[in-house]
Amino acid sequence: MRQPETAVFAALADPTRWRLLEALAGRGRGTATTLAGELPVSRPAVIKHLTVLGRAGLVERERVGREVMFAVRTKPLDETARWMAGIASEWDGRLAALKRLAEGKRDA
Amino acid sequence: MQDRIERDVLIEASVERVWRLITEAEHLGTWFADAGAAVDLRVGGEIEMRWHQHGTTQCRIERIEEPSAFSFRWAPFQDPGGAEPADGNSTLVEFSLAAEGDGTRLSVVESGFARLDATPEQRIANFEGNTEGWQHELGELAAYAAKVPA
Repeated sequence: MRQPETAVFAALADPTRWRLLEALAGRGRGTATTLAGELPVSRPAVIKHLTVLGRAGLVERERVGREVMFAVRTKPLDETARWMAGIASEWDGRLAALKRLAEGKRDA
Repeated sequence: MQDRIERDVLIEASVERVWRLITEAEHLGTWFADAGAAVDLRVGGEIEMRWHQHGTTQCRIERIEEPSAFSFRWAPFQDPGGAEPADGNSTLVEFSLAAEGDGTRLSVVESGFARLDATPEQRIANFEGNTEGWQHELGELAAYAAKVPA
């Protein structure tokens, strides 16, 4: 299993970017203007956050006529979620082992 | 998605007993590492975890509040051989213990993944190494747990 780029965590650490990503995922794709209309954030701020998300590989941009459309790239999100799940399951294994040890469970 | 993992378990043993199992070298070297451990139990002190297949890992103790809180930094994605845990190569592991009924609620939070700055190749290689290590370690632990009296 591979560890995702730390840029993904950094990008997701900001609650506004997280909401932006959710809004974008919900509507499929959108422009900075439509996204600014859905969130309590100015259009320049939306563009700044989209740039950070883009650098982390979490959104892609496409020019459609005179507009720039943004869409979510799910692959890095899936990879990050799987990697975190892997670490969580290691902890489950360790804690189960500790529990067994603490409770003095024996075969005999 | 958060930069942390939180887990907890209810253990049918006293808080004092669980505290010993998570802070004493004899026990950490079996259920956490698989080839022994050395613990300098003071804030700033080191824990050395030893694995049969993957060498040693250095951890640095950050907090000791017996018997309710214990935390250390470790560098699980670092090259085997044990670099000193520091910002950029380590995550923080925090254990909390609380009495619950006749037992102990133990929770663990591992955080700081976003600040790791090893190259992706290093992290991938070491993480894969660690994953194999855990599987091996759990087998060892099952055998050990079977031998240790309550």
